[in-house]
Amino acid sequence: MAKGILRAKAKAKGGNTVVKIMAKHAMETGNRKDKSGNKIPANYIQTLTVAYQGKTVMETNMGTAISKNPYLAFTFVGGTKGDELEMTWTEITGATATETAKIK
Amino acid sequence: MMNRRSVLKAVFTGGLVAGLGVLMPRVALAAWSKAAFEAETQEAAMGALYEAAPSASVDVTLKAPDIAENGAVVPISVNSSLAGVTSIAIFVANNPQPLAAQFTIPEGTLANVSCRIRMGKTSAVTAVVTTDSGSFSASKEVKVTIGGCGG
Repeated sequence: MAKGILRAKAKAKGGNTVVKIMAKHAMETGNRKDKSGNKIPANYIQTLTVAYQGKTVMETNMGTAISKNPYLAFTFVGGTKGDELEMTWTEITGATATETAKIK
Repeated sequence: MMNRRSVLKAVFTGGLVAGLGVLMPRVALAAWSKAAFEAETQEAAMGALYEAAPSASVDVTLKAPDIAENGAVVPISVNSSLAGVTSIAIFVANNPQPLAAQFTIPEGTLANVSCRIRMGKTSAVTAVVTTDSGSFSASKEVKVTIGGCGG
């Protein structure tokens, strides 16, 4: 489905890498109704995993209470400028994709 | 016959799951818990994730606004000075599904995460930090002037 929904900024600083990720996603909860009163089916990102050089540095499980266009920030030890982060997301519908971002 | 069959099936599935766990240890850190994420009360959600109720701790810091003008986007950040943090979870007591997010913190990642959550109405927000020695929590009341859960 949608490709390239993640916008990530990763910055190596003082031996740590600060990662900020924003996903462009409606995060439909399944609680909302459309104009004619039918429930809009849930469609939100369930998991987002970030890996650096094959090692998972953050794994997120998300629920319905995550805002649309979810934002995530965290810091991990290590990380070199120019290396790539691998970010894999999975929707509740089963759609999944892996995107990469360079550490700056 | 049925018994033997279901036992065999269980053994086979169990073996398969264990095998997958070995093959993909990265993915197997913490599976998305359906029971916890779809629970409709905070107690039920916590019960699905933790063996014992988390105890309040000053070593867990929850940063959240006092008043969220827009419940659709409430910035939250959690950090902890505790050692050996393995996961962080965020609960919103009055949401239809209280468990907002669960972060698995591998070794080498700091116990400091930020995200943005949705809040239906004024509620207590609770952060639970899990370490090797148990679960610890911090909570804060966030007032919401416009709800963000629709409906």
